[in-house]
Amino acid sequence: MTSQAVRLFRKMDGLFAVYKPQGVHWKHVRDSTESNLLKALNSCPPPAPQLAVQFQLLSGGENSSSTDVVLSPSMVPTLADHPLVTGPQFHKVHVGVGHRLDAFSSGVLVLGVGKGNGVLEHLCNSHVTRDYTLEGEFGKATDNFTHTGRVIEKTTYDHVTLDKLERVLAMIQGANQKALIMYSQVDLHTQEAYELAVRGLLYPHGKSPPILTGLRCIHFNPPHFTLEVQCVNETQKYLRKLIHEVGLELRTSAVCSGVRRTRDGPFKVENALTRQHWTASSIIQAIAHFSKVTRKIRKSGMYKQTAGQLNSSAQVQEQTRSQTEQINQEHVELSSSTSDTVVDRETPVTLSEGRTKH
Amino acid sequence: MHVCQRCVSLLLSRPLSAALQHSTRALHQRSHLTLLQHSTRHTLSQRHSRQTWRHFADHQAASPDVYNKIDLAQKEVVPLNSDVHRIDLDAAVHTSPLQEISEEEAVQIQVPYALPPESSTLRPYVDKSETLSKLVQLGVNLWKLEQRPNVGSMLVRLDFHADVAPSLLFLKDLGVEESKLGQLLTKNPFILTESLDNLEARVSYLKSKKFSKQSVAAMVSKAPYLLNFSVERLDNRLGFFQKQLGLSAEKARDIVTRLPKLLCGSLEPIKENLKVCELEFGFRGNEIQHIVTTVPKVLIANKRKLTQIFDFVHNTMDVPHSLVAKFPQVLNAKFLRIRERHLFLEYLGRAQYQPSQPNYISLDRLVFLPDDVFCSEVALATLEDFERFQKRL
Repeated sequence: MTSQAVRLFRKMDGLFAVYKPQGVHWKHVRDSTESNLLKALNSCPPPAPQLAVQFQLLSGGENSSSTDVVLSPSMVPTLADHPLVTGPQFHKVHVGVGHRLDAFSSGVLVLGVGKGNGVLEHLCNSHVTRDYTLEGEFGKATDNFTHTGRVIEKTTYDHVTLDKLERVLAMIQGANQKALIMYSQVDLHTQEAYELAVRGLLYPHGKSPPILTGLRCIHFNPPHFTLEVQCVNETQKYLRKLIHEVGLELRTSAVCSGVRRTRDGPFKVENALTRQHWTASSIIQAIAHFSKVTRKIRKSGMYKQTAGQLNSSAQVQEQTRSQTEQINQEHVELSSSTSDTVVDRETPVTLSEGRTKH
Repeated sequence: MHVCQRCVSLLLSRPLSAALQHSTRALHQRSHLTLLQHSTRHTLSQRHSRQTWRHFADHQAASPDVYNKIDLAQKEVVPLNSDVHRIDLDAAVHTSPLQEISEEEAVQIQVPYALPPESSTLRPYVDKSETLSKLVQLGVNLWKLEQRPNVGSMLVRLDFHADVAPSLLFLKDLGVEESKLGQLLTKNPFILTESLDNLEARVSYLKSKKFSKQSVAAMVSKAPYLLNFSVERLDNRLGFFQKQLGLSAEKARDIVTRLPKLLCGSLEPIKENLKVCELEFGFRGNEIQHIVTTVPKVLIANKRKLTQIFDFVHNTMDVPHSLVAKFPQVLNAKFLRIRERHLFLEYLGRAQYQPSQPNYISLDRLVFLPDDVFCSEVALATLEDFERFQKRL
């Protein structure tokens, strides 16, 4: 017979996303969610206290006038099981954090509860990218690349136009593409590498510096501008430095006034919980919402684990063969399409190659 | 009655009168004694180590008329009994476990419960200790108290009728409600060990400063450690609040009744907060007085958080000093709440904090209202809009 508290605890297993406000340390978010979950668990009614047998000396009934003493047993609840003596039923709920966000940034923060913590590890090792919205301001440079830091220099920005900005962004994107190809450890002169690149399946293996897979400007209103970035292996400080470098390339200076993460892998900002909803009931609903995604991540993580363990066994060879078959099938589909599209798909790779020659 | 061969032979050897017959038992034992004496006279030197024989020797020295066999018949049973008693001291256990006893005696046997000599929790002692069970029934959180070092052992050693009951009666006389007693003792178990004279002296001091009975009771419930501080310390604190803030006695009393923690903590953070208000924020003396009398918590608030809130309210929201002094509740609110709500109003174009302008929003309404009421009445938008806006910050 499980108590209500234990049944509630068993529902707390999985991943969910939280919207971290700006100015708050990620540990504070994690601690708040843990204390809210514990509060809900400990507010459930405690199990009934154990009964102990106590013998009491009672005088024998009213009938007998003699002083007959009789020992009568009775079941009395023990005070040792009182909640004020035993304490709360639950002391700890394991809440883990996925990709961290520093105090200056805001946005989607993935948290895992209970068994979801294992899946968090798979998420961190998997090939997911993160989406950021960076807000920048031309005209000054500070020591920590943010608009609240100590100002080091001030510059004019009248000469900055949208197409100059776009040219700079394209240059940065090109350099990042080159880095992506290099770190993905793929031999460019093979057909498989071409297929992967065309479909955007290139991913850096092992340790790599931050790489931007996508970069564009969504809002330009000098001195303010907003960039949208998809990246891998990044830190928020690197993104603020990116804004500063954009300013330098445009022969002015820029500071970052906001870093906002809008997507962390499959976890988007629409389903992230705001501060009012960091309660146990909302968290359990969010866990249920993300359960499919969690299962997918767990499966892909287990697959990768087994593939890594059985390095030279026949199973891995079969799997790689099936992968290449899949790729071949898709190549067949591709080759059936018109030659124009094939040419188009070739251009990104050749463009970057062209730049490297320069 | 078992009679041994030797005794029988002894008895038969001597002439027995009728009077002797009722005391055959005594005689039998006496004859045993004499027999043993005969044997010991020879064996005494050989057996001094044995305790029993030593007692014999003492006994013999004490009463020489034992040897008088002729007077045996006339002797009373009493001296014989005493001799018997002394001898039986060293014999086998008086009450053998196989000895039969009556039902009543059996029912009244109490087996003492063996309590563990040391334990990391108070659980094994709660049922057996009167003090601890009464405290649990009052509502004291023993689990929290046993986390603190040495408090658990102190509670176990207290005697309910001698130590705890007088203190509880004193608190009840003071006017503290019974439902609040549990919380009070959980926060401050040392009120039970404080001597009643000290407690009474402090209460009489507070009453001499014209605190009413209800206010003293309320202060003790809110600040459980209040009565553990000496009269000099309380006097020092009250004097500081009256002089430094320049408040009248009545206003000082009001502040202290609402926030008795002011009397318990150190004065240094309070002095720093006052300096911050005066120098960093630039409030005038009468404005500080008004803020402190409306929201006494400003005196013990965190300096950094206070500065952050005031900086945002004054510089970003462009609210002048006079308005902040008029609504000091803003300084007590959460910074994130003020920031999100202000930015939402700014986005909607409704951020109007000047009383002279139309669509004025007062600062206390900005901060005090719950989210749904704020959205519907102040911002004139839905709660979903507010949440979507929060995800854009």
